[in-house]
Amino acid sequence: MVEKVLMCGNGAVGEGAIQAGCRHYFGYPITPQNELTAYMAERLGELGGVFIQSESELAAINMVFGASASGARAMTSSSSPGISLKQEGISYIAAAELPCVIVNIMRAGPGLGDITPSQADYFQAVKGGGHGDYRLITIGPASVQELYDWTAKAFYLADKYRNPVMILGDGFLGQMMEPLEVKKIEELKLPPKTWALTGAKDRSANIIRTLMLKVGELEEHNKKIQDKYKRIEKELIEYEAVLTDDAEIILVAYGTCARICKESVFLLRKEGIKAGLIRPITLWPYPSAVIRKISNNIKCILTVEMNAGQMVEDVKLAVMGRCPVHFYGRMGGGVPTSKEIVDEIKGLEIK
Amino acid sequence: MKKIFGKPECMTDKPFHYCPGCGHGIVHRLIGEVVDELGIQDRTIGVPPVGCAVVMYHYFNIDMTEAPHGRTPAVATGIKRVHPDKVVFTYQGDGDLAAIGTGEIIHAANRGERITTIFVNNAVYGMTGGQMAPTTLVGQKTTTTPLGRDARLIGYPIKISEMLAITDGSIYIERVAVNKPANIIKAKKAIKKAFQIQLEDRGFSMVEVLSQCPVNLGLTSQKAAEWIDNTLMKTYPLGVIKDKSGE
Amino acid sequence: MQRILTAGFGGQGIVSMGKMLAYAGMKEDKHVSALPSYGPEMRGGTANCSVIISEKEIASPFISHPDTLIAMNQASLDKFSELVLSDGLIIANSSLVKVNSDIRNKIKVVEISADHIAVEFGNLKVANMVALGVFVRETAEIKLDSLKTALEKIFPPRRHNLIPINIKALEKGFKR
Repeated sequence: MVEKVLMCGNGAVGEGAIQAGCRHYFGYPITPQNELTAYMAERLGELGGVFIQSESELAAINMVFGASASGARAMTSSSSPGISLKQEGISYIAAAELPCVIVNIMRAGPGLGDITPSQADYFQAVKGGGHGDYRLITIGPASVQELYDWTAKAFYLADKYRNPVMILGDGFLGQMMEPLEVKKIEELKLPPKTWALTGAKDRSANIIRTLMLKVGELEEHNKKIQDKYKRIEKELIEYEAVLTDDAEIILVAYGTCARICKESVFLLRKEGIKAGLIRPITLWPYPSAVIRKISNNIKCILTVEMNAGQMVEDVKLAVMGRCPVHFYGRMGGGVPTSKEIVDEIKGLEIK
Repeated sequence: MKKIFGKPECMTDKPFHYCPGCGHGIVHRLIGEVVDELGIQDRTIGVPPVGCAVVMYHYFNIDMTEAPHGRTPAVATGIKRVHPDKVVFTYQGDGDLAAIGTGEIIHAANRGERITTIFVNNAVYGMTGGQMAPTTLVGQKTTTTPLGRDARLIGYPIKISEMLAITDGSIYIERVAVNKPANIIKAKKAIKKAFQIQLEDRGFSMVEVLSQCPVNLGLTSQKAAEWIDNTLMKTYPLGVIKDKSGE
Repeated sequence: MQRILTAGFGGQGIVSMGKMLAYAGMKEDKHVSALPSYGPEMRGGTANCSVIISEKEIASPFISHPDTLIAMNQASLDKFSELVLSDGLIIANSSLVKVNSDIRNKIKVVEISADHIAVEFGNLKVANMVALGVFVRETAEIKLDSLKTALEKIFPPRRHNLIPINIKALEKGFKR
């Protein structure tokens, strides 16, 4: 067994990237993800990789664009306002089908907001975020270990599908310290990046472009990437189910909220209330099928988020009226307690 | 039959889409000739701008990628840091470089990125249809300055080359023009030197090319070329702005 | 399961205490989490850290009601004392904290003049270690040796010269 180290979530993301072979990081400081930027500066310094503190988030995401277009595993990280700034570049990266990893350690908004944790960028992450029809593979880890494991895996998924992957954490996950096993990352087989910019030596020139002016060309390109998204929806769904087998009430939550909800489930069970938890790990693609299936056999669902109600829309789309879907949320840096959630469940009119 | 003149080897046979009298075709050709002469076609990577020259990759057998408007130097930075042994250049217009991408070009220059920038300044926006550029002259009429650029309202033509020259990371910056043969010969020399500085791993190099956009200046090709001599150069004089290559 | 809230001024080593406790618990193969409050302040503000040491997997790393509050300044005691479970414990740095009889009547309070002891050792910064020593003695939740080992992990190698004085402070709190 690998020796455990105590590490904060931001550091775990960084080490996951390093272990996955990421040697190109570009970022601009913003709280509460600064430990990650500093971690990459230190580790990439040791390893002779490339670390650039860019002049802006705009520059950072486009440096990632260039590095990814050149065939490298590249990453940037930021927190909510900075992720907003990156959206143009993310749209281009998705359109050009370039692999990369983008980390959003969410803080409370809107606007400058503050640095407290939040999940209010869910829509932005899973519905596209920038202009045009595109999707990011979006992962919502809930522990320091998962931040490590999934960041490492994100590079593989990005390369496999030639698609940007977003790690969606929050301020608490970034700051929280837990034991981490720095597992060795197994290199899975991937096709060579024959499309990358390496100089047109003994081949015709590689062109990376998203401008498609020929009649019908852009529609064809859109169809192609939508087909890819359908494939991803088929192949990549991850979630955790806690005590769902006999559950009458299901909590749905991800990330930090899921940790709290797990405790609420245990508290409810102690009082004889049959509660369970579905924790989506992939936020896009969303585990709609599992939620739809379970909704046939339960009394109701309560979705808990640190926002005004975003993921609950995906839950409702999955359930399609099969059972009532309720929402409990805290905003602006508020974090629900396990007792608040228990009280909310007890207060529901359950038929 | 003996061939006495042809396109550079690194360029394709595709005809340019540019308007009659436009300077872009000339600048493309100069880059092609320089790449051939330096023998770097198979290790050059280009980043065209958003603007008229966005599809310049059609005209070269050189790896290229588009970049979001103005982020061209950031994309080039990412490429160069992955491939320090390759020759990376950006090709940017006055909107891409001197307006929306001001931040990126200043910091790329200041970091001394080992990239070469070809900055085409024609004092007007071409692709979007003749709007004011940051380099538009005071009094110059465009679709967004119908009464002429009023400095009190919208400021002055920006002198980006002079600004970049004060960054310690920039090694060589020269302003040239492609409005007549004598200037074109000088322009080619400057572009070649800029690439050589990158090959020597010295730092950031840039050539600002005053170019003609007859359609959006509302002039004939000949008048547009003359306008560069008689008017544009008064604000943007030609010559070496910075050269630390000998140091 | 032991839920500990360390609290005090920024600069008093509050988060370091949390890390030390978590590290020590981890060394003993327990499940641990440490959740620092984070704020715009880097120095001198209020800081706290929620630590859980548990035999079982930790669901939520958040603490609504701590078993133990380590209050290193008055503001922390005033803010958090009423959250402490009735069978819990408050360790108060009596150099800076006055505990009134109301609190004393409800919850077990152990006072230690951690700042004074630290100053006697010649380094005010080890006051937090004095308080941790008290924690080990009062709760036996972790071993003193585990905390000593943790010091090597918490301090970067260039600061390892400070480990002996920190160990002395831990032992002083533990024995008193």
